[in-house]
Amino acid sequence: MDLDALGACLTTSACVVTQTTSGLIVGMLLFLVAAGVTLIFGVLKIVNFAHGTFYMLGGYVAYTAIGITDSYAFAVLSGALAMALFGVLFERVLISRVYGSNVLMQLLVCYAVVLIFDDLVKIVWGPEFHAMGMPAAFQVPPLFIAGGVVPPFYAVLIGIAALIAIVLGVGLSMTRLGKTVRAAALNPQMVSALGVNTTALFAIVFAVGGGLAGLAGALAAPVRSLSPGMGFSILIESFIVTVIGGMGSIAGALVSALLIGMVRGFGTIGFPKFTDGLIYILMIAILLLRPQGLFGRRS
Amino acid sequence: MSGLVTRRTILAGGTASLLAAPWVARAQANTLKIGMQSIMSGPIALLGTSSRNGLMMEQDRINAAGGFLGRPIEFVIRDSKGQPQEAARVARELVNSTGCELLIDAEASSASFAVQEVVRDLGNIACIHTNSETSSLTADPKIRAPTAFRVARQGVHDAVAGSIHLAAYADAKKLNKWATCSPDYAYGRDTTAQYLQFFKQFKPDVEVITDAWPKLGQPDFTEVITKLIQAKPQALFTLLYAGDLSAFVNQGNVYALFSQMTVATPNVDYPVLAAIKNLPAGIQSATRYLETFPDTPANKEWGQAYLKRWNERPTNWSWQNTVAMQFYEAAIKKANSLDAKALAAALTGMKINTPFGVDGTITMREDHTTIGYAIGWGQTTPKEPFIVDVKAADWGKIIELETEWKKQQKYI
Repeated sequence: MDLDALGACLTTSACVVTQTTSGLIVGMLLFLVAAGVTLIFGVLKIVNFAHGTFYMLGGYVAYTAIGITDSYAFAVLSGALAMALFGVLFERVLISRVYGSNVLMQLLVCYAVVLIFDDLVKIVWGPEFHAMGMPAAFQVPPLFIAGGVVPPFYAVLIGIAALIAIVLGVGLSMTRLGKTVRAAALNPQMVSALGVNTTALFAIVFAVGGGLAGLAGALAAPVRSLSPGMGFSILIESFIVTVIGGMGSIAGALVSALLIGMVRGFGTIGFPKFTDGLIYILMIAILLLRPQGLFGRRS
Repeated sequence: MSGLVTRRTILAGGTASLLAAPWVARAQANTLKIGMQSIMSGPIALLGTSSRNGLMMEQDRINAAGGFLGRPIEFVIRDSKGQPQEAARVARELVNSTGCELLIDAEASSASFAVQEVVRDLGNIACIHTNSETSSLTADPKIRAPTAFRVARQGVHDAVAGSIHLAAYADAKKLNKWATCSPDYAYGRDTTAQYLQFFKQFKPDVEVITDAWPKLGQPDFTEVITKLIQAKPQALFTLLYAGDLSAFVNQGNVYALFSQMTVATPNVDYPVLAAIKNLPAGIQSATRYLETFPDTPANKEWGQAYLKRWNERPTNWSWQNTVAMQFYEAAIKKANSLDAKALAAALTGMKINTPFGVDGTITMREDHTTIGYAIGWGQTTPKEPFIVDVKAADWGKIIELETEWKKQQKYI
């Protein structure tokens, strides 16, 4: 524990700016993955344990795409689109068969997918780690704002994630499709009875969720190592985000992902050997006070 | 289609396999199976795969030269995923069910300690640990096992050599304020402490102003990197390795970390160098394995042969496993037996010629660990040979300080 260092950090603008940026980048990328988990749970009541696999595959697809075209934008788009497509297939071929089954059956299906794809990645890309490397456009020195360090690459990533948070929020509350999705979350039978094609709707939900995770994997590929099984740690954190934010709430996912990002950003200064512990303490505290999560509805 | 498989074909096949069975059995009995276990999957699978690659080359070389005691050798490879319980189970199975007559334990430290206990318990099997660097595995007489040996770097050797180099470097460049950043588990914590202990002994005015402990395999190091930048140390010592080190360097580049402080690490390997697309120049780095150190034709030849065969460069783990087989080869020749006790007697004190020794030889000391292997420190450069200005460590000094350390630990 190093409270002096934490105090000193909180009183200097340089430290606050730098650690906030670092919290934002960790939080926003986490949000992209967790948004899919919470969206899928909210609408379909399915806990998608295979969500980390979407994140991993998004990264690998982007890694291959940049090798072919040398374009980061293309790599990110192909990572996201490939995973959106994969999401639809995953829902149609597997998950649609276990709607309404008990949670153990759903867990088993998802876990099988995790294991199979970890092995497939090993066969296709090899068991060693890979790194995409920074795209040439972002090989620039960091910016200094109020004495704090802000890398342009991360600023762009945070911007993209924020844009997606807005599009998701607006899309769910303002558009017809979004309203239908929310209605389906509350009462799928009624929505179906009103003539909405829920089969297509559920596939779309998986496409969006999978696409977001793939996008996060692809966006982060220049700085994070790619390895089989890398989806696991991000999956655990997205579950924490989902639980803290309230199962099914996109706004909750955003707030709690940022909260975790900030706990990481500042926790590492005050509690260097206990940063992960802090996140769990935060989760326990919130669940004691609000068992349904920050933005969750009491059922 | 099922109509094609008639009762007659099944009978014919069955008879054929019955007839063939004695031959198969004899061929299997003649082959000397060597059990090898390691981490073959997950983020540090490189540990297992590059160990295996080194062993496969040895298998071919040894079999071409007539095998061990006239018997061809064959590796039985198992993935323990690095989990101690699984590692212990695998080790027993390799010996008891699979019939392996020798063991190569290519596990990381946590699992090696579990294998060590299995070997001690079985009593009749020779085992060489090829990747565990934790000193106590062989240094602590209570943990050392009669038929188990280590052919690998030993943490305390690297710590002494690294500290001597870094102290001299820090003196020359006037670097007093240091930070550390190492993985948050036994290896990271203990080894960092060990480096610091020797480092402070050689340079008493050194001060560690901040430390960071990311988790093994943590996807994002941003908060750690920014914390280090905030603290404004003059130099950073890190024990991150493999995929973690590569991610740390890539993410550090985003923050121009390497222009803000000198970075020192003992853990740079060829695959890390290959994965880091923009390797910063001037990182103070030890040579885990380097084709140009020792700068001999034999070393270069082996490195090139490995590259040609596997289409990637060897790691530190590759040479350690290779030398383990060279030790087995020499010991079996000397003992003219596979008996664990006879092999242990032959291995103890044995000196072999090998390209990976700093003077062309490596010795298996009485305490079941190797000395005389190449330890050097230099600095990175973005292009081949990747590490330049390599200076060899002084083994006399290493052993002197190691002995002191062992006395402190009450090992001797």
